Amino acid sequence: MSRRARYDARMFLLFIAPNFLLLALFVFWPVIYSLYLSFFKWNMVAKTKPFIGFDNYLTMVRDPVFWLVLRNTFVLALGVVVIKLSIALLLSVVLNRRMPGRAVYRAIIFSPTFTTSVAVAMVWSWILDPNYGLLRVFLNLVGLASPNWLGDVNWSLSAVMIVMIWAGVGYDMVYFLAGLQAIPGELYDAVRVDGATPWQTFWKLTFPLLSPITFFLLVTSVIGALKAFDLVSIMTQGGPLNSSNVYVHYLYQNAFKWFKSGYASALAMVLFGIIMVITLVQTKLSNRWVHY
Amino acid sequence: MSTAASLSGVKTRRLAGRALSHLVLIATCVVIGLPFLWMLSTSLKGSTEVHIFPPIWWPARLHFENFVVAWQTAPFGRFYVNSLITSVSGVIIDVLVACLSGYAFARIRFPYRNQLFVVMLAAMMIPNQMALIPNYVTLKVLGWVNTYPGIVLPHCYSVVGAFLLRQYFLSLPDALFDAAIMDGLGHGGSLIRIAIPLARPAVATVTLTYFIGKWNEYLWPLIVTNTQNMRTLPVGLAMVEKAEYQIGPEHLMAASIFVLVPVLVVFFLAQKQLIAGIAAGAVKG
Repeated sequence: MSRRARYDARMFLLFIAPNFLLLALFVFWPVIYSLYLSFFKWNMVAKTKPFIGFDNYLTMVRDPVFWLVLRNTFVLALGVVVIKLSIALLLSVVLNRRMPGRAVYRAIIFSPTFTTSVAVAMVWSWILDPNYGLLRVFLNLVGLASPNWLGDVNWSLSAVMIVMIWAGVGYDMVYFLAGLQAIPGELYDAVRVDGATPWQTFWKLTFPLLSPITFFLLVTSVIGALKAFDLVSIMTQGGPLNSSNVYVHYLYQNAFKWFKSGYASALAMVLFGIIMVITLVQTKLSNRWVHY
Repeated sequence: MSTAASLSGVKTRRLAGRALSHLVLIATCVVIGLPFLWMLSTSLKGSTEVHIFPPIWWPARLHFENFVVAWQTAPFGRFYVNSLITSVSGVIIDVLVACLSGYAFARIRFPYRNQLFVVMLAAMMIPNQMALIPNYVTLKVLGWVNTYPGIVLPHCYSVVGAFLLRQYFLSLPDALFDAAIMDGLGHGGSLIRIAIPLARPAVATVTLTYFIGKWNEYLWPLIVTNTQNMRTLPVGLAMVEKAEYQIGPEHLMAASIFVLVPVLVVFFLAQKQLIAGIAAGAVKG
């Protein structure tokens, strides 16, 4: 090994050391430790933890709340993703041209992306107030009564979805806009010469060329919804009767409210599994489906 | 004549299209903006004005004292200090870590570089929500529960930031770095004197994104703090809401504004960089 190669090797390891130490301690070790804890019954403080094999996983299968929470989580994920991506795509197409006020529109629509979720949850809880809330004004305008959004088992999950869509649409729009700007203008000139209508242009040209971005946003949004916590925790605390309880919130309740560390660790492992499967499917499919 | 007529037809249609675009965008901006205005309006109302339906937008008198009351319901000054300390120190460590890793993976030769890069990227598949219990236990062993390092350190690793900076460092000309090494600058010098100054836009984007992320973080500080004097702003605000103190919606909205102001200032000053950061990710895939 030359002196230069030895110097490079030493510096390389030195440079990546902080990141890899933190990753090892706070990202990779937790996977191993969660797996370990998931085979024990433990309350986080007791000196002893009895080994119970797969009992935590069996409890999960038999836990009706777990299945409800899983269902809620996927309803939330799919509902939010479909509506949010559709609106974001429409907005990005509308915004993708030179027009006065473009930067202002973009900034305003993008602004909830970086807004503190706790404050967002606060103001929306007040907007959704069935008696004095702002949304009641608009519902009454079209002749509807306001449901008790956060207190009704039929509406609580929808309430959370509305807020997630409101908060997330700007981010996806910016992503789509970047994709639209990467499409060469000559392609549009070509289809215009061929006499395509705007509708045809969108479905035959724009939409297929955006597919890598649509697909990427689809997957990341689903994973994002699987990790949802803040809004649910503030707005409904998963209630009423778990009607708006979602995965990470249920995990949190088990771990830090009821101190069922073993059970919560089993929940964590299953979440890890779900996200792993989604990511692997994503890598497999994105090589095949998507037009580049 | 007929061409002129059809031309004006095209013109009208284009004009109508533009008007429709603006209509859609203005409607969207209203939907996005109203909650912020509603928050501001509520925060300035009297306690009886809050409970009027249909609601009023402009209170008879501006009740600025709501902000004083809200500030006094909980130690918001302390929450501010905690949030500032944890966000700023977290960002400094995080950006440093990202620069070092990004540089190493872009510019230093090492036999297992690609394999280690994959290991780093694999961390993205692990949701940090699954690490809550293990990290709590680790911090308890280290004696860092309810301390600043406990709030900060578990999220100071960098994957996306390191990845973005690596891309940027790779895009710089090789000759610059070869010259730096020839001049005996070493990798440390070349990172500080060449790579970081040239990658300033990328470093700025990473810094801002991390800062806002840390300022807004709720779940982890909620778990790792257990006394009021260690809470960060989002956690403190949430505790106020959960009826530790009996206050009205006008105070709650005033308190939310305390939390939002710094993020909104950073956002509107830096939204171009933030948007550019996302756009860079989108185009590169």
